[in-house]
Amino acid sequence: MARVKFLCDADRCIECNACVTACKNENDVPWGINRRRVVTINDGKPGERSVSMACMHCTDAPCAAVCPVDCFLTTADGVVLHNKDLCIGCGYCFYACPFGAPQYPNFGSRGKMDKCTYCAGGPEADLTPAEYAKYGANRLAEGKLPICAEMCSTKSLLAGDGAIIAQIYKERVLKRGYGSGAWGWQTAYRETVAI
Amino acid sequence: MRIIASLKTALAAFALVVTLAMVSPVSAQQSIQGVNPTAQAVKEQDLLRQLDAVSGRVSIPDQKSGLLIQPQGREWRQFHNTTMFWVGVVSVLGMVAALIAFYMVRGKIMIDGGFSGRTILRFNVFERFVHWLTAGCFIILALSGLNVTFGKSLLLPLIGHEAFTNVSVIAKYAHNFLAFPFMAGILFMLAVWVKDNIPDSVDVAWFKAGGGLVGHDHPPAKKFNGGQKLIFWSVVLGGIALSISGVLLLFPFFATTIWDMQIAQIVHGLVGVVLIAIMLAHAYIGSVGMEGAFDAMGSGEVDLNWAKEHHSLWVKEEESKKAAMPKGMVAAE
Repeated sequence: MARVKFLCDADRCIECNACVTACKNENDVPWGINRRRVVTINDGKPGERSVSMACMHCTDAPCAAVCPVDCFLTTADGVVLHNKDLCIGCGYCFYACPFGAPQYPNFGSRGKMDKCTYCAGGPEADLTPAEYAKYGANRLAEGKLPICAEMCSTKSLLAGDGAIIAQIYKERVLKRGYGSGAWGWQTAYRETVAI
Repeated sequence: MRIIASLKTALAAFALVVTLAMVSPVSAQQSIQGVNPTAQAVKEQDLLRQLDAVSGRVSIPDQKSGLLIQPQGREWRQFHNTTMFWVGVVSVLGMVAALIAFYMVRGKIMIDGGFSGRTILRFNVFERFVHWLTAGCFIILALSGLNVTFGKSLLLPLIGHEAFTNVSVIAKYAHNFLAFPFMAGILFMLAVWVKDNIPDSVDVAWFKAGGGLVGHDHPPAKKFNGGQKLIFWSVVLGGIALSISGVLLLFPFFATTIWDMQIAQIVHGLVGVVLIAIMLAHAYIGSVGMEGAFDAMGSGEVDLNWAKEHHSLWVKEEESKKAAMPKGMVAAE
């Protein structure tokens, strides 16, 4: 079975925010919630890099481990989903997440948690209006990949089977001769992309 | 003529530029291949080593999202799921086991002289109100707080996810709202009892004599004995720690970073379970553990023999106060 991951090639990201816009649009993300964001490190200095970050769908997800009502579930593909009907909005998943993926409504105050679903919807029945209203699009059920990676203007944000995107990144680094690494992979998946 | 001359110059210049343009790409390509753009780029592991976190600039109003990676979240998860869990189990169950063992060995502490039938006022209505306000809130706060750490393991398997979420939502609202009367109760307790809870030499002697718990002595004590003063200060100081950390948790990121929130939660959890254990002992000794003790907070009037055995100096003070105020009394010969 494929184990899907995200990989953002920080050397290609041009901070265009197409991924952010595509996600917001496709999933009808409310105002104030940022499922995906672009962070620019060393802005304006030599060696500036931009990374697009949402939920990494970690192996042994810390959010799922600390949830007091056990509202998370990991699918067979490795996507970490959560159930908004069970969520009590306690905020623990945000304290545990290394990437700041959980988001709360009303500009970060209180309410049911929302986060990147890998465009795989939620525990509701696939491709129903109820699922869309709560969790956004379910592209995986249609056989498509997350919209953020599909819309990336430079193909820096890769999504799909972890082994395949690691291989793509490896080939890129070898061909062009440089690569600042697969950001977040050590923390999320306990592995790096060995070049 | 001049126009043609300037046109020729322009054409020559143009030809020169075109030739140079055709020649230069080769040398430009060579210089591109010689540059490594990542030479100055930061690596994730370097940033993590330097600052324990990776952060940068974001263009959205939520500036918190500039924190790209905070590996401390993993350590906090380890604390909450393992350390906090076991500290809670050991303190609460350990205290229950200790109390059961104490009762089996020592039994109920009886009044040696038996009930005298006469009573003395120990706590007035305000003192009792403050105590029960704080205690009642504490019980609900404790149960709802324990639900956050232990509910998933104990209650969820029994009632299923939907019912457990309903219970947890009610528990969360109870916890958040009852926090305020609890904080008020702590402040009232401090105001009304702090003067009787200053430690002194009487307490040192009381502890040295075993405090009535170890051995069957009745060392003298004032209104509050050494053990009670420990309870007072645990409740007040613990309550203040819980209040501050709790308010920070109630208003997330109002004045705190993510690391402050993690620390606030750690303090809140640890102080909470330790205070629960202490209160179990306090509730024990004030009810089943000692004959005549509950009356103090129940009706406020305690049996005189009980008072003389356990708070002898306080009884003497109260009686001399009464003697000094002969209201409506005719001086006897």
